[in-house]
Amino acid sequence: MTTRHAMFLAGIATLCAWVLLPIYLIALGAIGGSEVVNAWPKPAWPSALSVTALQEFLHIEGVWWSVLYSVEAACLCMVVSIVLGAPAGYALARYQFRGATSFRLFVLLTRAFPVAILALPLTVGFIRLGLYDTPVGVGLMHSVLAMPFAVLISASLFQAIPRELEEAAWVFGCSGPTAFFRVVLPMALPGITAAAIFAFVISWNEVFAASVLTVRHKTLTAYLLTVLSESPLHVQFAGGFILIVPSVLFIFLVRRHLFSLWGIASR
Amino acid sequence: MRRAAMTPYLLIAPATIFLGVLFVAPLVQTIALAFRPEGSFSFGNFTTMANDINFNVAIVNTFKVILLAVPLQVALALGMAMMLRHMRAGRDIVLWIWSIPLGISDLAAGLVWLAILTDRGYLNTLLFHLGIIPGPESWLTYETPTALLIAIVVAELWRATPIVLVILAAGVQLVPKEYNEAAEVFGATPWQRFIRITLPLLRPSIQTALILRTVLAFEMFATVLALGGRNFPVLMSEAFNWQNFQQDYGVAAAYAVVVMVCSLAATLIYLRVLHTPAAQLP
Repeated sequence: MTTRHAMFLAGIATLCAWVLLPIYLIALGAIGGSEVVNAWPKPAWPSALSVTALQEFLHIEGVWWSVLYSVEAACLCMVVSIVLGAPAGYALARYQFRGATSFRLFVLLTRAFPVAILALPLTVGFIRLGLYDTPVGVGLMHSVLAMPFAVLISASLFQAIPRELEEAAWVFGCSGPTAFFRVVLPMALPGITAAAIFAFVISWNEVFAASVLTVRHKTLTAYLLTVLSESPLHVQFAGGFILIVPSVLFIFLVRRHLFSLWGIASR
Repeated sequence: MRRAAMTPYLLIAPATIFLGVLFVAPLVQTIALAFRPEGSFSFGNFTTMANDINFNVAIVNTFKVILLAVPLQVALALGMAMMLRHMRAGRDIVLWIWSIPLGISDLAAGLVWLAILTDRGYLNTLLFHLGIIPGPESWLTYETPTALLIAIVVAELWRATPIVLVILAAGVQLVPKEYNEAAEVFGATPWQRFIRITLPLLRPSIQTALILRTVLAFEMFATVLALGGRNFPVLMSEAFNWQNFQQDYGVAAAYAVVVMVCSLAATLIYLRVLHTPAAQLP
């Protein structure tokens, strides 16, 4: 029993290290600057965290501009997908109407198509509309990717809130919208926040569409993709590390909703 | 009364219009772009694509990575899900740690493994201290195709196993404990219980995980570019090259259509092969 138990724990620890160690190593490369990245053979610990390396990290100009564009696109994606998706989710949860099944299927279908097939013609369309090479254009494109999650997650959230609560509010004289905003929305808010964070991360992480739709105002992923073969490794690692930090936070924030997010998403 | 009947349609209208403009329209446009280069139906773009030297390489590379990575991911995730089931204390924190790569961009995952596998990286440092190599060694070049393939599969394994894990772990929770207990009473070994009870009951979850993973794997792109650059062409990186560098939108669209057809075909195959009759669902 004890040896088996020890082996079991060792297996779990190994798998945790398999996930965490690579992140630690890229963090070393990002914060250590060119010194650490070019060192041979590499020390396992940063010998002395040099201030110059850290300053170098904070002054990689292209990276920070692209971070700004990424945040703009991701915020837009978050707002659009929730503002348009949550009402649709509410309709699916509360009303029985002709076409509900087709609508659900249509939303699911958007996930079955590769992003390339959507991003390529949007280049031409966005040039015409003046949205090409703007974070707004990228954010709109990413909203398409986040929309099915927003609709289906909010549908299941609203379904979980008893209809009786809403009806009680109507009885006490609340109008439909008031009952929704005073009673239903506060209860659904934590779940909707998780869905919004999810939408943010979808946009933050997306590479292909962002690279195709931008030239000079590149988001972080698009910027890193173009500098892959040109810029020094420590810049790339710094960019990669900045890309990872919000993702780790995100998984921590939505950890309670992880099963429901992916459970629904995968149905 | 009439107003009430209209309400659901008003609620879904914004999302429908948005997806119509930014999903249906581009989808139709891409297919048109691929098949109608000069306004009339032709396979011209597909011929250009198929005659390109990188096309066959891209197809073979894409399938190599998928055939290696996806089964390994499912096996690893199954193992992890089984370990989670036997955990009591600390289960939540372990699940959190194991799911971290779920939120990490494929590009970042490629860069993470680049930091480890590059010439002066951590793998070479380890091999050097073990006395296996005399100095910095390149693994990610044109001359080391096997090492490059392994590197890409490892990076994919690291990044995408958590998605499979979360789907399977959610499925494991639905399997009634009584089935396993009953089998235990009748003297089934842990391995027999896993093969005969857990695995068949997990079939719907495995199907979902396989569909999701394979569709996403056909779209693999940034991990490959980060690790191998132009040394390892795959379908999506070729689509990207034709669009961005050759400026030939038609051939890029043809590649997009190929990716779409592969994804849909894989989905249909999984649905047929792993079909579970409703009566056998847990």
